[in-house]
Amino acid sequence: MTSTDQKIRVLVAKPGLDGHDRGAKVIARALRDAGMEVIYTGIRQTPQMIAEAALQEDVDVVGLSILSGAHMELFPRVVAELQSREVDDVLLLCGGIIPEEDIPAVREMGFTGVFGPGSSTVDMIDFIRENLPDARREN
Amino acid sequence: MDARQLIDGIVAGNRRALARAITFVENDTATGRAVMAGLYPRTGHAQTIGITGSAGVGKSTLTSVLAREQRARGRTVGIVAVDPSSPFSQGAILGDRIRMQALTGDGGVFLRSMASRGSLGGLSETTTGVVDVLDAAGYDIVLLETVGAGQDEVEVATATQTTVLVTAPAAGDDVQAMKAGLMEIAQVMVVNKSDIAGADTTVAQLRALLSLASGRAWEPPIVQTVARGGDGVGDLVDAIDSHQQHLRDSEHAADERRALVRSQIVSLARSTLQREALVMAERAGVLDELAAEVAERTKDPRTAAEALLVAMRKVGS
Repeated sequence: MTSTDQKIRVLVAKPGLDGHDRGAKVIARALRDAGMEVIYTGIRQTPQMIAEAALQEDVDVVGLSILSGAHMELFPRVVAELQSREVDDVLLLCGGIIPEEDIPAVREMGFTGVFGPGSSTVDMIDFIRENLPDARREN
Repeated sequence: MDARQLIDGIVAGNRRALARAITFVENDTATGRAVMAGLYPRTGHAQTIGITGSAGVGKSTLTSVLAREQRARGRTVGIVAVDPSSPFSQGAILGDRIRMQALTGDGGVFLRSMASRGSLGGLSETTTGVVDVLDAAGYDIVLLETVGAGQDEVEVATATQTTVLVTAPAAGDDVQAMKAGLMEIAQVMVVNKSDIAGADTTVAQLRALLSLASGRAWEPPIVQTVARGGDGVGDLVDAIDSHQQHLRDSEHAADERRALVRSQIVSLARSTLQREALVMAERAGVLDELAAEVAERTKDPRTAAEALLVAMRKVGS
């Protein structure tokens, strides 16, 4: 990638109350090493804060990391907050602890990529590059 | 959205259009250039303020509380926060939002993180353009926080009207190092973390250094702050406002503005020229051979550079 290519911008956020962000930091660093620009917002983000950051930073990808089990509560609210701001062309990913039986519902909400424990960062990087929305590649 | 729609959206206060437009300006695309050309006549309303200083002195925290104080005074605030890009992967982790969380829910604040993208001087090549876009969007204040900068990263002075240099106590050596460069471009000096020991010494050192350059039209004030608790931030806003007033009152204001934009034009032309030159250097096809000769010490680097330039001029003509 040369410096004149469009940079992939990724928001990595932790919604809710759990304070364990080691996973999120590992992801942020791997994406940086893959040449992406990662906006890391820290822990304890509300759905409004996440959506507002995605809007202002004009990111291509929003990745949520959650370990608390509140994903079925928080994820739909993040999606709703994004929609209310007309941020409708970002690639949504999630990771952390998402039980197997919840994954179809999470995908249904719009999270194209679900990366649980043991996922490879290389797979995630490839996934982002392959699934970047076309609308985000214009100039 | 095309350039026209983006401009109309920004003028109408659409934050999504503003965010998109900043991306295009940052990436220096054709749309970005068209947006810039259309918006530029609308600039000139905002107070533009650069926040610079070494890594760890508290620039992000100070920027955050400064923005809050400006909001308390009824002013809207646009913020551009620059963090470094990796020289290896060209990727970046932009973490300024962590220290600016208190601002996220405020509709009168727009915060954008930028990576330096290999540019020197604590800014990226297109940062000045992003400051202009926020100005044109109608923000009363535009704050530009640079990458941690120590000595001669003085580009911020050509991107904003008022440059605030942030230092912290127990950084005496840094202050010595800043005798030239940054010290000369600052219009407001801040000694942050003034609740820790040695703050008075730092203030005294700064005062002594400033006294060496007497007879200037504007004497930079020294403001003591504790950004974490917000102490002294009101004084800082007052100091910035005084400098802005000084700029407006100055009989040389028009000359100074021309000098500022002149350096912006030169800077943009230089970066384009540099990119074109690198392409030409590759095309000249002598670089590998010259590198081998210098590596063998049969030629010195200066002579090799001259030989490269001769080959480039042949390619270019």
